[in-house]
Amino acid sequence: MKPNALIITGNGLNTEKEIDYSLRTAGAQTKIATIYELLDNDVNLKDYHMLALCGGFSDGDDLGAGVATAKRLGKLDDELREFYRRDTLIYDVCNGFQIAVKLGAFDDENSQRDVTLTNNDAGFFYNGWVHLKVDPNSKCVFTRGLDNLYLPVRHGEGKFVGANDEAIERLRRNGQVVMRYVDDRGNVATRFPDNPNGSIDGIAGICDKTGRIFGTMPHFEAFNHMTNHPQYTRLKRHFGRAADELEPDGIKLFRNMVGYFS
Amino acid sequence: MAQKLNTLQIATKPEFTDSAANAVKKDFSERGVQTKNVRSARLIKFDFGLSEDELLKLEKELTDPVTEFSSANDQINPGDFDFVIEVSKKPGVADPQGRTAKEIAETILNGETPEGKAYTSTQYFVAGGTNEDLQRAAVAMLANPLIEDVSVYDYRTWNRKTGLQTIPKVVNDARIKIGYVDLGVDDDSLIGISTKGELALNLREMRGIGAEYRKAEFAEERKLFGLDPNPTDVELEALAQTWSEHCKHKIFNGLVNYVDNETGERFVVDSLFKTFIKGSTEELAKTDKWKDVLVSIFKDNAGIVKFNDKWNMLMKVETHNSPSAKDPYGGALTGVNGCHRDIMGAGIGAELLASTDVLCFGNPDYNGYLPSKMLHPDRVRKGVFKGIEHAGNKTGVPTVNGSVFFHDSFLGKPLVFCGSVGMIPAEISGRKTEEKVIEPGHLAVMVGGRVGKDGVHGATFSSGTLRETSPSSAVQIGDPIVQKRAYDFLIKARNLGLIDAITDNGAGGLSSSIGELAQISGGCEIYLDKVPLKYDGMQPWEILISESQERMSAAIRPDKLDEFLELSKKYRVESSIVGKFTNSGKFHATYGDNFVAHLDMEFLHNGVPRMELEAEWQRITHNDDPLITDDYDLTSELTRILARPNIASKEKLVRKFDHEVQGGSAGKPFTGAKNDGPADAAVLRPFLDSDEGIILSHGINPLYGQIDTYHMTANAIDEAIRSVIAVGGDMERIVFNDNFCWPSPLEDKHKMAQLVRANMALHDYCIEYETPCISGKDSMTIDTDYTDQNGNKARISGLPTVLMSAMARMDDVKSYVSMDSKAAGDFVYVLGVTKDEMGGSEFYDMHGAIGDTVPIVDAKSAKNLYKSVSDATKKGLIASIHDVSQGGLGVALAETAFAGGYGMDVNLSRLRAQGVDRNYKALFSESASRFVVTIDPTKADEFEKTLGNNPYARVGYVSSKDAFYIRGLDGHVAIAASIYELKDSWQSRFGWN
Repeated sequence: MKPNALIITGNGLNTEKEIDYSLRTAGAQTKIATIYELLDNDVNLKDYHMLALCGGFSDGDDLGAGVATAKRLGKLDDELREFYRRDTLIYDVCNGFQIAVKLGAFDDENSQRDVTLTNNDAGFFYNGWVHLKVDPNSKCVFTRGLDNLYLPVRHGEGKFVGANDEAIERLRRNGQVVMRYVDDRGNVATRFPDNPNGSIDGIAGICDKTGRIFGTMPHFEAFNHMTNHPQYTRLKRHFGRAADELEPDGIKLFRNMVGYFS
Repeated sequence: MAQKLNTLQIATKPEFTDSAANAVKKDFSERGVQTKNVRSARLIKFDFGLSEDELLKLEKELTDPVTEFSSANDQINPGDFDFVIEVSKKPGVADPQGRTAKEIAETILNGETPEGKAYTSTQYFVAGGTNEDLQRAAVAMLANPLIEDVSVYDYRTWNRKTGLQTIPKVVNDARIKIGYVDLGVDDDSLIGISTKGELALNLREMRGIGAEYRKAEFAEERKLFGLDPNPTDVELEALAQTWSEHCKHKIFNGLVNYVDNETGERFVVDSLFKTFIKGSTEELAKTDKWKDVLVSIFKDNAGIVKFNDKWNMLMKVETHNSPSAKDPYGGALTGVNGCHRDIMGAGIGAELLASTDVLCFGNPDYNGYLPSKMLHPDRVRKGVFKGIEHAGNKTGVPTVNGSVFFHDSFLGKPLVFCGSVGMIPAEISGRKTEEKVIEPGHLAVMVGGRVGKDGVHGATFSSGTLRETSPSSAVQIGDPIVQKRAYDFLIKARNLGLIDAITDNGAGGLSSSIGELAQISGGCEIYLDKVPLKYDGMQPWEILISESQERMSAAIRPDKLDEFLELSKKYRVESSIVGKFTNSGKFHATYGDNFVAHLDMEFLHNGVPRMELEAEWQRITHNDDPLITDDYDLTSELTRILARPNIASKEKLVRKFDHEVQGGSAGKPFTGAKNDGPADAAVLRPFLDSDEGIILSHGINPLYGQIDTYHMTANAIDEAIRSVIAVGGDMERIVFNDNFCWPSPLEDKHKMAQLVRANMALHDYCIEYETPCISGKDSMTIDTDYTDQNGNKARISGLPTVLMSAMARMDDVKSYVSMDSKAAGDFVYVLGVTKDEMGGSEFYDMHGAIGDTVPIVDAKSAKNLYKSVSDATKKGLIASIHDVSQGGLGVALAETAFAGGYGMDVNLSRLRAQGVDRNYKALFSESASRFVVTIDPTKADEFEKTLGNNPYARVGYVSSKDAFYIRGLDGHVAIAASIYELKDSWQSRFGWN
């Protein structure tokens, strides 16, 4: 049986089309619903194994990315906790990641929030592809077996920071740092645009302590087809039609999600 | 006394980067105002009651515990500073952050909606500088005086508590009144009424209206509705909007007497639009190629053509020049979102797929005289880019294609072309989606934003010359998220079969949107008192014609109304019944129990008197070809031309646009070894489950029009088509949107002749290439009147400009090819013939000349070449292909080389050329219909076989080193440079800010 995925969009979220396609390609059964349908109980989290919170500009990023929508979703705190307890997976991308952070998905042991996503150091929204390296110590179930990744980022508030060094150290210790921006030699990137936002330690994605909630700034769902790759035509010159047979990095991640339930 | 405001102030902790403040520090420094330190804080002022507990809860929700600190009902203390600058919105200006803050407050108050509003502003704390300097710099850099107020305070003496107590609340106690206007006056008075009322109606039109109201039977009829014989202000405004140049395209529909002094030819054109634009499309519509493909042409908000059996594709390109001149950010933002609404308002509503933006500005380093109220072109450029960024990114529509053209003729009005592309299912539950169906009894429902004074007189304002006293209410401010919510809702409602017709509220507001839909049923009644307003005190005429943003007007069948309104509520979108469609033959508007407009539908829509225009063509000869003495040291010429604003890389400007949302991005704006080469066109995969694609490209070059607008237009068409071919497309299904932006041709026979010639070329080349225009837009007054340094009246007029935007279906996105060289050893070819056609070239412009030999497009041979090139790309024979346009072969070869990260060795003597006797001509002539191509040597034979008799030449090879060599016509080296050096000069013109 195919596992069920619920994709939450609306109110300014906007990557439902590509998450839907990616999850279906990976073998999931999908349903797209708006945040209003979720709030009004038109859809029930109990019916799903996976939840995806889309990227976009919920509430226009007014008053800080994800702040307002996190407040709206706060009403569903009990339902979300119940969903999480059922050995489910939650994919939070870009604005979805910002919302999840602000909802407290990555709080410390004392339920205090000591990490956040803030304005890019460069001070502007940036759309470009970045190289990433998955941390081998990561507990994240989404990135199992993945190593080097190439994906696009599209955000203005993606700088990952902790309230103090200990906050970042805690994540490292617990295997919660999932992947980092790297330069063309594979070293952790510190400078724009390899590190597009100035994230501490090049952190591009983190997971919760169980590895079942994954928050990422890079868009896996935007690399769902080989023609998405910015160097597709160069791959084609060197590998010919075989270039079309390669599996996009994004789809690999969604296969892991679906595979978790088999 | 008014209650006390509740205030929240939120700032970034000192240990974290404050990007907003850093940007301000930098901006100030560029203005010559040096500061020691700048920090910022956001202010939210709640103009409604909150308990202390509620305010503290809000403070907690809105402050990031990691990076921010805050203060409730007290001035925040950010440290030691000298000044505070507060930037706040003027009364009535949209405040999206304030709207969101109120929505959050509602969740705290358990969904209860408070009476007042929330207002946001920004404070900058500055150490260093002087009050005067900061005042000057703040007004210049931080705020647009049309929409924002700036106050600078001395930090130490400023009263902290009372300083937080001002808000831009609209206080408006104007009483509702309906005015009657007497048109039984002399001609001067008629013109006076039009000018004073900003109606933009000319004397003939004013007389025509006067005559209508003098008809005895009309007066009798009006009596029945309780109306005097004279027109009400509501009626006069409705007529002015509907008859505006913006809405009626009176110049394009007028009669033109054309005289060609060159040939002695004279003829009369009975409507440029019908004769040339629609004429060529209708001719093509009869052919087998197009007869079943053109679904809805020229009659809706966007042109609709078949994409595949299940889906139709749509395109529309709008201009938003006048609003962008006044408020670059707001003008561009509402331009893009307004064009989105054209797609949302086509048929019964379509999905948005992508945006495009083509922009013309004054030169970024302009340092001449700037009249008051004219913004520096660099500031215009920055604002416009920010507006496009917010409009596209926040609504989830990728911005995928565009270009920027710089010329000082655009100092007065920039050209801001906003394009949108969409998709619509061909049928929904057995019903064709392109057909709007409205019967008497259908309800008129307004969806989305509310109505305010913003954008009152937008249509008539853009139809006139910009004056220094133009009304600030003509500026529209957008709130993209309101539109995104409405969009999500409307697509859902459409899929459920709840919408029978829909259109957007753009120019002319409800007057135009409902007025135009009413033509389907044959009449309407608009209930002006039922229209939801942003604030009280608006007059009925203002409500009718306001161009407040984010609004759609839909026709809903009475039995579907409840379901429609319920769904609207679920999506948190405001929908209100504002009228009813009838078959009375009348345009009726009421306010409460009273009729305020009673107009004949026929007179409203077809009563405008026909314009008669004079056109006389006299070629202007420039005879200014520059003397280029050294034909062997062209390296510095190439380096210089690469750094020219028109050629240089715009990557740092464009990467702020999301070009990949929706997941179907294939051909991106930048490509190559480092993802930074300039792509020729955008390629998208609209349906992720299928490999079918769409290509978007465009052609524009106003410089050629200085010689002949006929050839300017031909080149624009050719450029757009060859860009489609250059990314792997073919000639099978290319359609166009045409945009004409012209300096007023009303009293200028030459400009009118230029317009006629541009239209003739559009007709001739669209027929020859078999590429129909499916939609378009004109903007006929890109002029600005001002007072010069000496107090004399002066006018600045933009160059006549034609933009041709192409949309093409692609069978398989996997046949996409890019412009970057791919491997050392690949052969370099130039396809097409290089001629001595330096006129209007970027090279001549660099040498201060225009020239006379404008490139002439040979469409017949180009068409053959394009077919062969498409065959070659589909067979996978081409490694890279780049369109040759501005800057000629020199630029195209260099870009191919440095984008690929390989050197190149090319010999110009091998070129297929005609009359080219100098190296600089071979390199910088802009002859049309040419490509630079690189080919894997193992595929060269088959490639050449595929090209057959088409003109082509193998001119060199891709080299493994970084050297870029061009050998001249006699074999001697004319250019020797490193690709990194060339790339550096191409890339360093524009920075990230």
